[in-house]
Amino acid sequence: MKVRALIAGALLLTAGCASAPPATSQPDPRTVTVFAAASLKDTFTELGKRFETDHPGVTVTFNFAGSSDLAQQIVNGAPADVFAAASDATMKTVTDASLTTAAPTIFATNVLQIATVPGNPKGIAAFADLAKPGLKVVVCAPQVPCGAAAEKIEKATGVTLTPVSEEPDVKSTLGKVASGDADAGLVYVTDVAAAKDTVQGVPFPDAAQATTNYPIAVVKNAPQAELAASFQQLVTGEDGKKVLGAAGFGTT
Amino acid sequence: MTRSRSHTHETGVALPALLWVPAGFAFALIALPVVGLAVRADWLRLPELLLSTSALDALRLSLETAAISTTLCILLGGPLATVLARGRLGGLRLLRSVVLLPLVLPPVVGGLALLFLLGRTGLLGRGIDVWFGVTIPFTTAAVVLAQTFVALPFLVVSMEGALRTAGQRYEAVAATLGASPSYAFRRVTVPLVLPGLASGAVLAFARCLGEFGATIAFAGSLQGTTRTLPLLVYLERESDVDAAVALSLLLVVVAVVVIAVARPRGVEGLR
Amino acid sequence: MSGLAARIVVRRPSFTLEVDVAAQPGEVLAVLGPNGAGKSTLLGVLAGLLRPDDGTVRLGDRIVTGDGVHVPPHRRGVGLLAQQAMLFPHLTALANVAFGPRAQGVARQEAEERARELLAAVDVAELADRRPAQMSGGQQQRVALARALAPGPELLLLDEPLAALDVDSAPAMRSLLRRVVKDRKQTAVLVTHSALDALVLADRVVVLTGGSVVESGPAREVLARPRSPFTARIAGLDLVPGEACADGLRTADGLVVAGLSAGLRDGESAVAVFPPSAVAVYNSRPEGSPRNVVPVRLAAIEPHGDVVRLRAAAVAGGPAWVDGLAADVTPAAVADLGAEPGVELWFAVKATEVQVHAAG
Repeated sequence: MKVRALIAGALLLTAGCASAPPATSQPDPRTVTVFAAASLKDTFTELGKRFETDHPGVTVTFNFAGSSDLAQQIVNGAPADVFAAASDATMKTVTDASLTTAAPTIFATNVLQIATVPGNPKGIAAFADLAKPGLKVVVCAPQVPCGAAAEKIEKATGVTLTPVSEEPDVKSTLGKVASGDADAGLVYVTDVAAAKDTVQGVPFPDAAQATTNYPIAVVKNAPQAELAASFQQLVTGEDGKKVLGAAGFGTT
Repeated sequence: MTRSRSHTHETGVALPALLWVPAGFAFALIALPVVGLAVRADWLRLPELLLSTSALDALRLSLETAAISTTLCILLGGPLATVLARGRLGGLRLLRSVVLLPLVLPPVVGGLALLFLLGRTGLLGRGIDVWFGVTIPFTTAAVVLAQTFVALPFLVVSMEGALRTAGQRYEAVAATLGASPSYAFRRVTVPLVLPGLASGAVLAFARCLGEFGATIAFAGSLQGTTRTLPLLVYLERESDVDAAVALSLLLVVVAVVVIAVARPRGVEGLR
Repeated sequence: MSGLAARIVVRRPSFTLEVDVAAQPGEVLAVLGPNGAGKSTLLGVLAGLLRPDDGTVRLGDRIVTGDGVHVPPHRRGVGLLAQQAMLFPHLTALANVAFGPRAQGVARQEAEERARELLAAVDVAELADRRPAQMSGGQQQRVALARALAPGPELLLLDEPLAALDVDSAPAMRSLLRRVVKDRKQTAVLVTHSALDALVLADRVVVLTGGSVVESGPAREVLARPRSPFTARIAGLDLVPGEACADGLRTADGLVVAGLSAGLRDGESAVAVFPPSAVAVYNSRPEGSPRNVVPVRLAAIEPHGDVVRLRAAAVAGGPAWVDGLAADVTPAAVADLGAEPGVELWFAVKATEVQVHAAG
């Protein structure tokens, strides 16, 4: 992720050099840098392409990583224009440091879903089924957002899970199910959608007990503040809703 | 008649002065980050953070698995090193490069490879599950396997070097005294390479203690079963940086103790 | 005790070793030869550490090499004492000596008892508990000898056992070897560069040059009448045969050569040995200290490195054994003496330069 930041920096530099040629009718080549949570990779990449089409000469550079890492990078001075986080808590790190131009906007929500191996051989149909003895269940550790959400649902439903592993992030939780080493895992509905055929999703109503918010904000002193605002509008607007909704995110 | 073993009065040859500069940088590169860690630590909360059950569980698990893995490294790596150093088979060169793979591979790749071999749907894991009803991932055994995988080359390289340095002259003498190859191996070869074996074991233990990538990929992370200190550090840094720093310091202390206690013996050996 | 009979062919890119050697039970056979003559290869084959390309090695009535047989080193009963002691560094002297018997399954107590006896036999009983690093080179070599003897080898190989010792410890080790190897009738093969070692320790000598045996026979005969340049050079010492007496050595004509003798019985067959460089040369009979002064006729003058070697012949009526004695002097001395073949000179040797050894 640091490497990506470096590449982003390098691109900014080359963009700066490239702006030297004499002005023509063509608009100046500009780059807008977006720091976004890893779970937004597919959707934001698509939105980025659309943004580049709508704004000729503009390049969108992404830095996809864990939200807390990105928040730390911004607090430590990384040159970001836009920050899209996967939790209110991580966005709070940035707002607490007064590093956003305005209050963040919630542009999407995400809920947990049960991921099982394809075909759901264990016949898991409800959250309570995960507590069945002999079932190998993996969850995220409570220290990370997806684990916190799982813990919240356990409390709300009174069902206590005995996972075989508490993974440090949602991708490795999903990986353990996809490889067949675990029977089921608790991941975001968008992860199940992105994983295509390698896992099968089982929605459950209690998931609504722990909804995760995705806030977005323009970073204070953004090198490209104007473009940053346009990108945020794209994400929160109709186009953004369509793309995010298709990937399984909740949009209001 | 006894030769002096003291080197205190030897004047030796002076070091080129220029050497001190890069040497100093090298030392600073290793030592200063640790200082940074110590400065960043919340010393008041340290006892509370280190005495939490999750921390104690992780410490116990780390020490236990590292000890078992190191023992496995000695029992399996020792003979392997001997074959590599003394064997007269063709293809030993290729064999040696394969043995060094874990040094080059990112540990996560090693963990994934172990998963594809021994996971529930893996090459061997499927059979083990079907025939014995045993699955390896998510168990402490998986942690030990992951650690042994990454640490084995350290022991093999160090011991093979010791075997090559010792040469085979003492074994030839033992043979002329009537010692069978296995007797000579036990009573001559092993004691002679013990210093190399010891320093290899210390390196392997240290590597086991720090192992993260292969463990998370192959064994998962569960308190008391598979969550070793490095895994706990990685996890805590998501929510409680103070705890992560405190645990890191603990890891540093354990590593320093291991090296300080075992290393001199490893170097001096039996003399 | 068994004898050795070996016929060995080893082909190497640089040379071919093709030898026939034998030692009677209880006999010590010296193998003399320049570097690269194949001596080490021969020992390697006898020890079983090398396989010859052809040939047989017979120990007693056992074939240990050849006829499709290769008895591994540890089942041969062939011991080895090399130039370096090669004591196991992690074991005490006692444990080093007990190693062989222990390896063959002798109980610890019995093995250590035997080891103590052997350490006493090589005069280092007090070093039993020392590690090799705490011993001098000479002490280590004594322990190594005890260790080689401990398993009771049928054949003992001695690979230049004195070459790495300093001048102070070599003579004592030589006497020790004579005592525990030759006198105890241990069948042995001794590889050496030194005529003295061969004379003192061996019954018979073979001279190996370029991979084959060029001379063989009783040690004294071979070295007294060298037939090859190597043998002549190796026997480059002045040597006077006779028998031991109180002051040194009595020659056949009754003259006494004063010298240093180490515990020889009166009348025992012996040789007096001294280096040509220790011989002082005079025009007339010198006055004063030298004990050993003999008249000689100068037979030949040979350049010999930085010095000139004067070769002696007997004068009429003088002792016959001076024939062939050599004296090394500086070129300036040759001029001062007006030395030319045929002149009569006096050879003088200090008694302290003369070593008297048992021989034959």
